[in-house]
Amino acid sequence: MPKTPIELPDRIDHLSILNEKGEVDPSLEPAIDATTLLKLHRTMLLARRFDERLLSLQRQGRIGTFPPISGQEAAHLGAVADLRASDWVVPAFREMAADIWRGRPLESIIVYNNGFNEGSRIPADRNDMPISVPVGSQILHAVGIAWAMQYRGKDDVAMTFFGDGATSQGDFHEGLNFAGVFQLPVVFVCQNNQWAISVPRAKQTRSKTLAQKASAYGIPGIQVDGNDILAVYAAAREAVDRARAGGGATLIECVTYRMAVHTTADDPKRYRSDAEVEAWRRKDPIPRFQGYLIAKGLLSEDAVKAEEEAIAAEIQAAVDRAEEEMKGLGDPLLMFEHAYAEMPDYLKEQRADFIRFMAEAQKEEKHA
Amino acid sequence: MPKMTMVQALNLALRQEMEKDDSVIVLGEDVGVDGGVFRVTDGLIDAFGERRVVDTPLAESAIAGMSIGMAVYGLKPVCEMQFDGFSYYAMHQIEAHASRLRWRSQGRYHVPMVLRAPFGGGVRALEHHSESREAFWAHIPGLKMVIPSGPRNARALLVSAIRDPDPVIFYEPKAVYRAFREEVPEEEETFPIGKSQRVREGQDLTLISYGAMMRPTLEAAEELKQKHGVEADVIDLLTISPLDDSLLVDSARRTGRVALVHEAPRSFGPGAEVVARLVEKAFFHLEAPVARVTGYDVVIPLFNREKYYLPGVPRIIDAARKLLAA
Repeated sequence: MPKTPIELPDRIDHLSILNEKGEVDPSLEPAIDATTLLKLHRTMLLARRFDERLLSLQRQGRIGTFPPISGQEAAHLGAVADLRASDWVVPAFREMAADIWRGRPLESIIVYNNGFNEGSRIPADRNDMPISVPVGSQILHAVGIAWAMQYRGKDDVAMTFFGDGATSQGDFHEGLNFAGVFQLPVVFVCQNNQWAISVPRAKQTRSKTLAQKASAYGIPGIQVDGNDILAVYAAAREAVDRARAGGGATLIECVTYRMAVHTTADDPKRYRSDAEVEAWRRKDPIPRFQGYLIAKGLLSEDAVKAEEEAIAAEIQAAVDRAEEEMKGLGDPLLMFEHAYAEMPDYLKEQRADFIRFMAEAQKEEKHA
Repeated sequence: MPKMTMVQALNLALRQEMEKDDSVIVLGEDVGVDGGVFRVTDGLIDAFGERRVVDTPLAESAIAGMSIGMAVYGLKPVCEMQFDGFSYYAMHQIEAHASRLRWRSQGRYHVPMVLRAPFGGGVRALEHHSESREAFWAHIPGLKMVIPSGPRNARALLVSAIRDPDPVIFYEPKAVYRAFREEVPEEEETFPIGKSQRVREGQDLTLISYGAMMRPTLEAAEELKQKHGVEADVIDLLTISPLDDSLLVDSARRTGRVALVHEAPRSFGPGAEVVARLVEKAFFHLEAPVARVTGYDVVIPLFNREKYYLPGVPRIIDAARKLLAA
């Protein structure tokens, strides 16, 4: 009775299409029309500059704690670029460029990050889920949404995002397993940004890749250069097409880097070196995509400059609109809404007592 | 005596217990190199090394479940949930096993672990970073649920929790972490788990609270004295479960008027148990219905509305005046 190796169906590839200099591998270059390419560029640049602006607003105390996305634009924007409006995105909390691409107004992001619940309202024509903070928990919702899509006979897909840290959570493994068992139209996108706050990727798992975890659940996995938007786009399109056609789920590991802080409450100097950050800065997804577009004749340095100016104006207008809007927000009674479809009697009593208390407090203040 | 913040006092408790007893192990997300996101475990990895201060992969259920195994084997794990809002991944392990192994093995095994978690509002945080869900844990037989209110009692209670033979859920009010300093003795100090504390004496009414709400409660007591000539008896629960009702009942029997203050939602909150104990043991002494000054029965709003949700001095005074008028 010999010991024989078992042939496993899936091997794990690494996909890279644009190198760090922005040079393309023509044999792998995805067919994307010029308008879409330029829109992707604009969204990446907008997301980066807006992220920087949010950081300065936070440092000035004009918004609260938030998780910057700088460096990860390609990893999540490339993934959603080919989705339809009827597809669902189930985010974690570091997918702002995708959020903007799918139609989120910048001012709503400011309003949310300044602690107003109004900022988490999702327009009725968007299917996307709100951000999910408990790490990895949203993965299962995407699986459930995909199950419901399959049940209703739709050819839509669900795409969910999470980080390298999330692959240590049970919810990640349970989600992949269920998606495999039920052959569901879901795409799992891991933004492996190398750090779960202070814990490096190497301490998260001994596996060589995160993509290979797909193999355990019988679904395809692929690792892509997550700072190469063409590679992310190509891998996501293949996964989405397969899911739409009934071919089931895929895990995509986007190898990227969190260039900034985990959140604005974090101090990365405690756990990682400037040299490491600098090395990744040279892999920045934006200049290399610009290099590609310039070589393709779709963009010029002057056009980038003009785009930067237009984006600065767009961001300033959004900040102004948000700050104007926030002057009218903050009605305390909103906190009693949306707990239930119908407010229970005891909550109505609490609300009424709150109104009485506020009125009396106001009267006393005037009196004083 | 050095003056310390609660963060420093908790760090002192961990450090001294780890020095005394090599079975004490600290584990959790970012507790090592980063020193914990609130720096409660700052410097411990340098002092005790990676084998005793463990930066784990990101999995709360695994952190809690592994702590149970360590504890059953004879170690004293102090595991950290980065925020209470993420501790529910761990709740299954704690409810199904940590709280029951003594009972399930009929005394053969026990689980001397501590699960620490920052909780509570008032720090302009994101969703899942401001809740007060202590009632979840307090409802589970076999667990102890402790909430300090200041640096000195935090240090003393954490030492007691680490030495306790049963699993202790130790909620740290993050609004207090750096809010003020207190003198904390360098030499060992403990405070018994399962005991409340009278922190102000009075005969006109009783105010009961714990955690971050102790400060507005004490401020309200002072204002009641200054502006209204009313002397409040103030009790800090410190341990939510097992609840020590001796001081509460004694105080209620004397004053007949009781308000309790917590930021947790009102219905089925810790205050409901306090009211039940008073009804059971001091009913004929009560001069007015017990007042609950609490969070509302809603998800705590994002931080711009937090001030309306959290009880503060004016709401406590409002309740006290109604009690006194009754």
